[in-house]
Amino acid sequence: MSATRVFALIGLAILIALPAVTPAYFLHLLIQILLWSFIYTAWALMGRFGFVSFGHGAFMGVGAYVPALLWSYYDVTPWIGIPLGVFLSALLALVIGYPCFRLRVVGHYFALVTLALSQVVLLSLTAARDITGGSLGFTPKAAGHSWYALQFPEKSYFYAIALLLWLIGLYVWQRIDRGINREALEAISEDEDAAAALGINVLREKLRVTIISASLTALGGAIYGQYFMYLNPDTVSGIAVSLQIVFAVIAGGVYSLMGPTVGSLLTLSLTEALRVWFGTSFIGAANTIYGILLILCIIFMPQGIVGAFKRVRLRREAPKAVPAE
Amino acid sequence: MDIYLLEAIINGLLLGGVLALLALGLNLIFGVIDVVWIAYADIVMCGMYVIYFLYAQYGVPLPLACLIAIIVVAAFGVLVHLLIIAPVLNSPPLNQLLATGGLLFFLQSFATLLFGTEFRNIGVRLPILEIATIYISFARLVAFALGLVGAVTLYFFLKRTYIGTAIRAIAQDRDIVGLMGVDQRRIYLVTSAIGGALAGLAACLLALQYDVHPFIGNTFGPVIFMICVLGGLGNMIGGFIASFIISQIIAIGGYYSNTELAYVLAFALFIVLMFVRPRGLFTR
Repeated sequence: MSATRVFALIGLAILIALPAVTPAYFLHLLIQILLWSFIYTAWALMGRFGFVSFGHGAFMGVGAYVPALLWSYYDVTPWIGIPLGVFLSALLALVIGYPCFRLRVVGHYFALVTLALSQVVLLSLTAARDITGGSLGFTPKAAGHSWYALQFPEKSYFYAIALLLWLIGLYVWQRIDRGINREALEAISEDEDAAAALGINVLREKLRVTIISASLTALGGAIYGQYFMYLNPDTVSGIAVSLQIVFAVIAGGVYSLMGPTVGSLLTLSLTEALRVWFGTSFIGAANTIYGILLILCIIFMPQGIVGAFKRVRLRREAPKAVPAE
Repeated sequence: MDIYLLEAIINGLLLGGVLALLALGLNLIFGVIDVVWIAYADIVMCGMYVIYFLYAQYGVPLPLACLIAIIVVAAFGVLVHLLIIAPVLNSPPLNQLLATGGLLFFLQSFATLLFGTEFRNIGVRLPILEIATIYISFARLVAFALGLVGAVTLYFFLKRTYIGTAIRAIAQDRDIVGLMGVDQRRIYLVTSAIGGALAGLAACLLALQYDVHPFIGNTFGPVIFMICVLGGLGNMIGGFIASFIISQIIAIGGYYSNTELAYVLAFALFIVLMFVRPRGLFTR
């Protein structure tokens, strides 16, 4: 365990030192990877317990658009706008989650309800084109370097923010992983009736993890908007984003702390590498390979890449571990 | 009654015919194989490209092009079953959903890679009919009629043939049917082929009305799911009725506001109905 901690500290030190030595382009990539890792980790908080939501595109969209619109039209600082967006997302999660969990909408029915939610947010954003610019996208009002507007042309600021967010995401994951609620949630994912018979408040446990997951996703969406300074309904909400989140996490591994991060690192590097190698004429190549990988992942290693490695390692260590105990 | 509202209602009815066909195919596959093909609408997209290339590029006569497209898509359905569905047949339902979701990703991006993102039209201009000052697109009328023919044919196939009976039996109890000497794997393949053929037929009908592009599946896919779930997944008659309800909501909603808000309404209604009638509208 201590060896893991040492490695983690060294890794963190490298991550903190990176902006000093990295060219802007790689920093841009790293920021994206960290932001998406955060969002993927937030999704995995629910996903690992079998609550597969296709609605995280909705939460991300609300989180991204609320602060951007408030800032651009009413000069409301993102310091107020972002918490408001996060709050609205949490509210949305509550409004959808409560009846779902109360009425036992589970499994792929839950996935389809949340899928509809994604589409509702996407189409609402597109339909409100007088305000949001519709599918042409929306560019928030620029303010140069400003803490008040939370806009920084220098990438290192956003790198720091993204790194912090990512660490927060991992921390929340650890808290849930080590807390008593994890046992409750695992029991629920195995058998809701049995869990309820044990005295677990099924509704409350599920709602709590859903709201935490949705809020973090909205926060990630908000910072994504602040960083890119351009929002498009199709890139921050809707079924495509929801699927992207689900698949990256599945590819990386939904049951391990670093799984979502590995998923993000893998998918974004793949997309970027193919884009650089083949140029824009080969648009779609990355996602084609990605799609094949996803199918193969689900058929051959449903635990994800990190999970598969862990299993191999466990198998190798197993004979040693038994006499030690 | 407002003449434009009436026109919207008739157009909704005609749209419902094509949606019903797709809902039938998806429901058949779900009812028999117990797997949700989330990429079903993207398989339709493949069929539309087949028709586009055969007819518009290589000058194959349209009826022949449609026939080839139906056969190709049916074969594709079998391929999807063999390569993707069969390996995850005993996995949790969510993994199956995700595997076909991977297929959705693959089909959309591969189509982008091969054909680019431009909208392609097969260039068939069918006349617009004018009946008592109501304008009706002939293409939609044909689509509606053929959609109904497809549905009725499927109904008689399932009711009157041996394989159809076996398919219905397997949807009721897959373990017992095996004991009765029915080869389940063969039934699964036949079902996938029929599901594919229905997608191919829908592709022919949609190609007359819409431009083909790699992401056209996103336009219909989510709606077809809503329809199937509303009708009760696996319940074909329920799905058939639900397609007309949803298409009317879209058409009438689109008449009073705009198309996006009509879809928002349809999806919101779906969410509410899932809470009120979680097993579909028509459960006994």
